[in-house]
This record gives sequence, C-alpha cells and structure tokens, in this order.
Amino acid sequence: MRDANAIPIESIDGPVETPWTLPYRGTVGMACLILAEAAIFVIFVVAYIFYLGKSVSGPTPREVLELPIFGTICLLSSSITVHFAVSALRQGKLRNCSLHLAGTVLLGLIFLITTAQEWYHLIHDEGLTIQTNLFGSTYYSLVGLHATHVVVGLLMLSLVLGFSLFGLVKEEHSEKLEVLSLYWHFVDGVWVVVFLVVYVLGR
Amino acid sequence: MSTTQAVEESDETLALQQGRPPLNVVYEWLTTVDHKKIGLMYIAYALVFLLVAGVEALLMRIQLAIPNNHFVSPQVFNQLFTMHGTTMIFFVGMPILFGFGNYLVPLMIGARDMAFPRLNAFSFWISAFAGILLYFSYVGASGLYAAGSAPDVGWFAYAPLTARVFSPGHSTDYWTLAIFLSGIGSIGTALNIVTTIVSMRCKSMKMSRMPLLVWLYLVMAALVFVAVSPLTAAQIMLTLDRYLGAHFFDTQAGGSAVLWMHFFWIFGHPEVYVLVLPAFAFVNEIVPVFSRKAIFGYPAMVAASVGIGFISLSVWAHHMFTVGMDAAANTFFVFATMVISVPTGIKIFNWLATIWGGKVIFATPMIFCVGFLFQFLIAGLTGIMLSAAPFDWQLGNSYFVVAHFHYVLVGGILFALFAAFYYWYPKITGRMMSEKLGKWHFWLFLIGFHLTFDFMHVPGLLGMPRRIYTYEAGRGWGALNFLVGVGAIFQAAGLLCFLYNMIRSYYHGKEASHDPWDAWTLEWSTTSPPPDYNFATVPTVNSRRPLWDLKHPEDPDSDYE
Repeated sequence: MRDANAIPIESIDGPVETPWTLPYRGTVGMACLILAEAAIFVIFVVAYIFYLGKSVSGPTPREVLELPIFGTICLLSSSITVHFAVSALRQGKLRNCSLHLAGTVLLGLIFLITTAQEWYHLIHDEGLTIQTNLFGSTYYSLVGLHATHVVVGLLMLSLVLGFSLFGLVKEEHSEKLEVLSLYWHFVDGVWVVVFLVVYVLGR
Repeated sequence: MSTTQAVEESDETLALQQGRPPLNVVYEWLTTVDHKKIGLMYIAYALVFLLVAGVEALLMRIQLAIPNNHFVSPQVFNQLFTMHGTTMIFFVGMPILFGFGNYLVPLMIGARDMAFPRLNAFSFWISAFAGILLYFSYVGASGLYAAGSAPDVGWFAYAPLTARVFSPGHSTDYWTLAIFLSGIGSIGTALNIVTTIVSMRCKSMKMSRMPLLVWLYLVMAALVFVAVSPLTAAQIMLTLDRYLGAHFFDTQAGGSAVLWMHFFWIFGHPEVYVLVLPAFAFVNEIVPVFSRKAIFGYPAMVAASVGIGFISLSVWAHHMFTVGMDAAANTFFVFATMVISVPTGIKIFNWLATIWGGKVIFATPMIFCVGFLFQFLIAGLTGIMLSAAPFDWQLGNSYFVVAHFHYVLVGGILFALFAAFYYWYPKITGRMMSEKLGKWHFWLFLIGFHLTFDFMHVPGLLGMPRRIYTYEAGRGWGALNFLVGVGAIFQAAGLLCFLYNMIRSYYHGKEASHDPWDAWTLEWSTTSPPPDYNFATVPTVNSRRPLWDLKHPEDPDSDYE
C-alpha cells in the first residue's frame, strides 16, 4: 500500500514492519463479562445494605448467621490452585495441571456443601426462608446469586478437568484456561465482598 | 487495500450466491454467524417493531385528538403506552443501533468478522425471542386469573404496581422476562463490540486512528455493561418477588418502592446515552463527508464522548426530583445533569465547525444530519430546563417531559438513524436510495415531527399530565392535542415513504459504486455489498482517513496527524 511519498512518515512512525499485537480476545471478552456481572452484584449488595435492619419481623442476621470460616478458606484456596493449574499448563506439566484442576473442583465443591449446610440450618432450624422477611429475601438472593456463579464455574472447571484426564488439554490451551481462571478469581473476589457485607458488616 | 479484480474473479463464494433454492437462503440466514447478516437481521427486526410501536402511538394520538374520546378503553390505553415505550426502547432503539454497529464496526476497523461470531448470533436470537415473548403476552398473558393481556404497568413499571396483588395474571411476568432476556442479548452484543474493537483492529489502526463511529460504539458498549446489568438485577428481584414471595419492593413488609425507582433509573438514564451515542456516531461520519472536510477536533470529540459516558452514570435521580429526596441529593443531581451538557455542547460546536467553510453537499443523509443538529440542540435546552429541580417539580410527569424526551429520541436519534440508512444503504445493497423520495421523506417527517412535538410542550405547560387516557373539554388542551395528532399522520406518511424508498431502491435504484459518496473510511474500500470475508487483503492504515491517503498520495493525512 505504501508508496514513495510515504517515506517521510515512516521515519516518524518507525519502520513499517513494527509488530502489531493486540490483546487476546478471550481475556478482553472475559473482562467485559466480569464488568457486567460486577454491576449485577453491586445492585444486589446495595439492596442488602439498604435493607439492613429494615425487616419488620425476625429473625435478624445477628441471631442466625455464623461466620462460614471453613468454606471461605476452601473457596479462597481454590483461587490459588487454579492459578497453579494455569502456570503448570503454561510450562507443559500436564499431570500437574490436572492435579491442580482436581483440587480446585474439590475445594469449590466443599464450599458449595458448606453453603448447603448453612441454608439447611437456616431453613430447617431457624425457619428463615426467602419469604420470611427482608433479611431473608436479600440474604438468599445475594448468597444464592453467588452460589449460582460458583456452580457455573465448577461446571466449566469440571469440563476442563474431564478433557485434561483424557489428555486433550495441551500447552497451547493455556491462554484459554487462563480466561476461565479469571472468571474463577472473580467469583472468589465477589465472595470476599459478600463475606464482608453479609457476615462481618451485616451482623 | 481495495479488493482487487483478480481476487473477485477467483472468489468462489460469489458464484455460490446465484440461483439457490429459497429454502437454502432461509437456512443460511437462520444459521448465519456473519456479522453483516446478523446486523441486517437486527435492523429488519427493529423496523418491524418500529411499525408495531408506531401504530400503537397512532392509536394513542387518535384517542387523545379530541376531548372525552372513547376510541380505546382506559385499560387498552394503559397497555398501549406501556407496549409503545417498552418496544421503542428495547426492541427498536437497541437492536437497530446494535445492527448498525454489527454491520459497520468490523468493516471500519478492517476486520473480517466480530470477535465472537457465535455469541453474536446467540445475542441476536435471544433478543428476537424477547421481543416475540413481549408480544405473545397479547395471546398468553391472561393466565389463571384472566386479568388483562398485554403489560399495562408503564415502561418503567414502578413498584408496588408490579406486585402480584396489584398486577395479577401474567402480563407483568412477560414484561419482566422480555426485558431480562433482551438485557442478556444486549450485554452479549456489547461484549462482542468491545472485544472486536480492542482485539481485531487491522494493522497500524491505533486507537487514535479509529473512525469516530468506532470510538462512540466503544463508549456505548462499555456503558451497556454498567447500565443494562442493574436493570437485569432489578428484574431478577422483581421475579423473585412475584414468584417466590420475596419482599424487595413489597411496601407491606418494609420493602421500598423508591429503591425500584433508583434501580430502574440507574439503568434508565445511561440508556438514553446508550441510544444517543450511536446517533452521534452516524453524524460524526456523515457530516465530514458531506462538508468535504475532516472532522473538526477529533481528540475533543473522543474526550467528550468518554466524558459523557462517565457523567451519564451520575445523573439518574433527576428522574426522581418529585419523589422528595433531600436537598443535598437534589443539588448533586441538578449539578451533574447540568454538567453533562458541557461535553454535549462541545460535540455540537465541533459539528458546526466541521460544516463551517466546507463545500456542503445537501444530499439526503446530510439534510437529516442538519435536522438532527437543530432538534438535538432544542432537546438539550429543554433538558437543561428540566434539570433544575424546582422547574421539574412543576412539570414532572407532564406532557412537557414527554415532549422533551421524544425530541431527543425522534428529533435526535431517529433523524440520525435515517441519515445512516441513506448513507450506508448503497454499501449494504449496492444500490442508491432515491434522492427524490428521500427529500419527500425528510420534509414530510420534519413537518410531522415539529407539528407533533413542538405543540406537545404546550399542554404540558398548561398542566396536562402524561398517561391520562382522556381529558375534559374546556381545559384548553383540545386544539393542541388535535395538532399533535395531525403531526403523527405526517410522520407516518414520511415513514411509509422511507420504507417504500428502501424496497423500491433495492430493485430499481441506481447502481452504487464501491464508494458513491467519495468517503474516507475503510468500509468504502471494499465492494458494495461487501463479500463474506469483507476484505480480500486485510488493510493497513496510516491515518484516520485511509481512503483519502489512497486517493491523494500527494497530500496524505498521515503528514498531519
């Protein structure tokens, strides 16, 4: 495309054959999704904070909520294992990658089980449902929305784990696994906010 | 850069287009992941809904043309304004702008498709399904309680009217689900647009060399994430209220109706900018070409667009002055709303400076842009009037407000859209639209627009509230409402003129060359219509106007940027 007239510009712009690299589209797309999802969570968190102490009947958060320390530790550790899975894949250590993926899925499952136990306790023993009061409505929807994201993340991680067990996940897929790990980090980050708002600030 | 003769001759996809059975063509459109076809489907689907919602507007104007009219019942009137508003925003405005974005953004940045073609198809079909779901409510919404059919809660569906007690039956559920699904589609397409712009630009197209249309679509898509998502969240809450007995907006259980208003308008006001930024984008491309000058103040235009994007997130509660917020909140939102007129004003001045001293060609796209400039200015001025809280206390929820936002949506956005249709039609179909019919369309629509929306301000000032289904004689509103109705007929005639022009030009229009307007952006470097792969060789650019550089090698833009 360039002709002789364009030579002076080249001297300004540098050589024509400068490498032209743009960000990986998977990462950009995931960043967009995270932004949109974050906006959804913000609205649910705002509703939770806005309705703190506004329930016309009991039970209150102070009476029934306990700190889910064990589940939180599991979920946050799974962020570390998924990170190790990605870096193992990048170095071509496929076995190591599968192992860390399995650890991530396991830790995520444990978190879900602790949430299920908590909900069972709240519904069965304390009689708190989504219909009981504003606390119930906002609590179940916020924690439930997060748990839904954990479930989606776990489904995708299990799929990757399955592929890796059949030896289908290779070094060249590390960029894609990193996109999935971004989502998982986001889900963990949201849990930090939910934990602080619901279990620390909200009690 | 241009598609060479040799490539066209060896292009097998062109031969495949000839003489296929109709079923194959239908199958191809239903399963396509091509950004151009999806863009066209978005536009076609939006035009169908434009007709439907336009008919709803006409029915309302007939009802209001004379006092004490009984053309439609109060219930039907409520359904009409709800469906008109919801359809126009979610199933006309959003899809038609996404359609143009889908079609133009990859072509303008020298890409062969969007970043995620299958997500693109998914987003379109889920939005299309949402629109069909909304209208299916006319058939399926009576439900167990047999109460009403189409949604009748208004397009912003204030709580607690949407509670199960006050809106029994399923009409409100159809509304909620339709908005929820269209929101998912919008977020998907916005994600695609941002990723395409960030990751798919052709070689050497730095951010500072992107056409302004691409910049504005980037800002618009980024706004969609933070604006549409809150609405999606609010719809989830409303569904939980209606189906699982939650209490988010249940005032009996301590829930807050005002919280819904906040959530809705956190979406609602940025949404106005989501709709108007693409309109700015079209004007940014058309005004320079028909003034035969480069755009004035490109960096200022970019900065103003990004500025509008940010400020638009902090103005929502100016829709809520009449709710009774405290003085500090009122002051903040008055201030933020007035501040947003500064970047908007910068844009207006830059367009005027682009026209100033140019060899202006008043072809149909340009006259629509000139109409846009005048009308958007007036819409902005009534906006500044309404942004003053005391003025808003007087006129909130009156026809003055209705006239103001229709001035933005019709006088601004729709005029820019018409300009875009006339400008890019040759690229899309390979034929020119008729200039003569275009002028008829312009003048009919201009007269109709001003009859309707200029006169609509006055009943508002005289105290006529919006959404009433009729009024007594002797209020002084009758003659004005009659004029408003007459204007609506002119607009309908103009719109029919436009549709006829599009269909007729497709078969009988003058054949268009690659570059009928002597323009400068990359979409004009490929054939009309563009081939499936857009560009035979992926282009490289050295400036913001690559085709200018190509046509004027003795004085390329790249010497000055």
